[in-house]
Amino acid sequence: MLDIKNLHVSVEAEEEDSEREILKGLSLSVKAGEVHAIMGPNGSGKSTLANVIAGRGGYRVSQGQVRYEGADLLALAPEERAQKGIFLAFQYPVEIPGVNNMYFLRAALNAQKRARGDKELDAGQFLKLVRAQLKRLDLKEDLLQRAVNVGFSGGEKKRNEIFQMAILEPKLALLDETDSGLDIDALKAVSDGVNSLRAPDRAIVMITHYQRLLSHIEPDHVHVLAGGRIVRSGDKSLAADLERHGYGSIAGEAA
Amino acid sequence: MTQPLPLPRAPDSVETLLTGRPYKYGFVTDIESETSPPGLSEDTVRFISEKKGEPDWLLAWRLEAYRAWREMESPDWAKLNIPAIDYEGATYYSAPKQQSGPSSLEEVDPELLKTYEKLGIPLHERAALAGIAVDAVFDSISVATTFKAQLGELGIIFCSFGEAVREHPDLVRKYLGTVVPQNDNFFAALNSAVFSDGSFAYIPAGVRCPMELSTYFRINASKTGQFERTLIVADKGAYVSYLEGCTAPMRDENQLHAAVVELVALDEAQIKYSTVQNWYPGDENGKGGIYNFVTKRGACRGIRSKISWTQVEAGSAITWKYPSCILQGDHSVGEFYSVAVTNNFQQADTGTKMIHLGRNTRSTIISKGISAGKAQNTYRGLVRIMPRAKGARNFTQCDSLLIGDKCGAHTVPYIDVRTPEAKLEHEATTSKISDEQMFYCRQRGLSQEDALSLIVNGFAREVLKELPMEFAVEAQKLLAVSLEGSVG
Repeated sequence: MLDIKNLHVSVEAEEEDSEREILKGLSLSVKAGEVHAIMGPNGSGKSTLANVIAGRGGYRVSQGQVRYEGADLLALAPEERAQKGIFLAFQYPVEIPGVNNMYFLRAALNAQKRARGDKELDAGQFLKLVRAQLKRLDLKEDLLQRAVNVGFSGGEKKRNEIFQMAILEPKLALLDETDSGLDIDALKAVSDGVNSLRAPDRAIVMITHYQRLLSHIEPDHVHVLAGGRIVRSGDKSLAADLERHGYGSIAGEAA
Repeated sequence: MTQPLPLPRAPDSVETLLTGRPYKYGFVTDIESETSPPGLSEDTVRFISEKKGEPDWLLAWRLEAYRAWREMESPDWAKLNIPAIDYEGATYYSAPKQQSGPSSLEEVDPELLKTYEKLGIPLHERAALAGIAVDAVFDSISVATTFKAQLGELGIIFCSFGEAVREHPDLVRKYLGTVVPQNDNFFAALNSAVFSDGSFAYIPAGVRCPMELSTYFRINASKTGQFERTLIVADKGAYVSYLEGCTAPMRDENQLHAAVVELVALDEAQIKYSTVQNWYPGDENGKGGIYNFVTKRGACRGIRSKISWTQVEAGSAITWKYPSCILQGDHSVGEFYSVAVTNNFQQADTGTKMIHLGRNTRSTIISKGISAGKAQNTYRGLVRIMPRAKGARNFTQCDSLLIGDKCGAHTVPYIDVRTPEAKLEHEATTSKISDEQMFYCRQRGLSQEDALSLIVNGFAREVLKELPMEFAVEAQKLLAVSLEGSVG
């Protein structure tokens, strides 16, 4: 589904000379149905990876390729990537004052449906869909009537991201530090939500600093990102190793 | 070996400003007109008055205004760059040629009916907008008014200003100029001298007007100014909701629009006045567009009366407009809800005045300014609490939204409180549409245009919800269209 080869990415700067390379030859392959965890120390390039896949501006790809469902992903605008089923759960979800959460989500869903040539949902059909998912994620209905992320607590913002994911039903979901800033109850609620969205035709890539998320959402593959490259890959036991020995030993190994 | 790969355009930057915005009302109707010779003198005033077959008192009233205007200077205190206006070169009266005024819709020139249909305002009652009575003003005259008979059964008078002068002279004479005197300001004086038509509405005591009343203003002729006058009187306990819309053809020249609106609310009466202003704004280089200099004022004369202004100002090259309330009756209420959008080279200096005279009077001001391109957008407002107005309260909120970094937003609140027993609150914010907001929306699948429209409409929501429902949808679309091309 997602195939990344030798990806080099820098943060855009006024002058090319002062650009800082963040990803230095990253390769990764993700198949439908799989759950991958990408772990690594601060500044290793985890969020950059998620942002480049989703199409955020401000990055320059100098080398390598990203293929999604066999096509060149980097040639597409962010909304085209979304319409093709890529979803990013933001580390810092953005506030949009005055825009009703439910209205926003319906506009997004129908924009995606339109792009795919599917029939759009009317207000009634959408409400039905939304109510079902709310129940599944144990969310309060008043969340829908509030402005997008405005005045939401940290936990509510992250839950809202997963709620959006549940409605939009992406093929490839990128979760960027979805566990950060959550207390234990919120972490459980978010994890339960993600687990309920695991499906054979859906891939999930979780980006996290901590092992604790992985005890709630069990990954098929764990990768360690350090110095802009994946330095080690393994199954879930790798995460436990990391917890015991820290990133230092592995990053040292790679150097 | 690092051969840079071609990258997709930095797609989520809101900094890049493109040009070009479609103005879909920019067509010209080819119709024979009767036009006054250009220039402005007492003869011009007499010509207009005679054309309209006016009584002597009105001609005298106009001449008084003209003489006052000659002594006045164009105001220069607004944050506007106003090119010199050639008052001698303009034409002050232009009317489609017809065999006298049409007495029924059947007699209206089909070319005019077609024009209004194109604008989305069908005038035949069988096709007309449900629940909305329309007075259609084309250049200098009203060409048709719908649902007059139905309204008449309730004693409601809704007709063109010219007809009101003929049919209801006592009412017109009683209220004309009592809210905005002839010599109130330069543009009001000009209007009082040369106004050609407009709408008149009178809602009798205790009557709740069952449909929206509206006037649709259309400038068509070139080199012609439009000077309409609207007078709405709500008698004791009456209620009316009124809406005006405006469009004009795209022309390279600037055209002047100087209107006066007077509202009078007696005891416990309510007037809700909504405007969707979409005059031609000029092109992306700032060529052409309407100069919109408008004096709108409402008098809450009676106890517990209420006047509410809601405006969506999207068009015009220059907007100079301050819909105001004089809160004379005790416990009366004034409201001002405004969205002003400026793009390219548009300039807007708009706001309100709330003058509290009576006890326990209340006013609310919500202003949302949206600026893109190289446009300048100013909120200017006055809240004055006079000594008698004990217990008066005002709440003011001014928010500005910037798109790009070449535009400007300014807030100029004047506060003048002359009693210690009043309470005022003022809040102001300025924000920018961030790349983050745009990316968030696009990551969920929305196009750039839809994302912008969503964010802007969210920003303006508090005001848009005050519009009558039929027009709220239209206004939302207008906001999006007005900003088209402002991101890329």
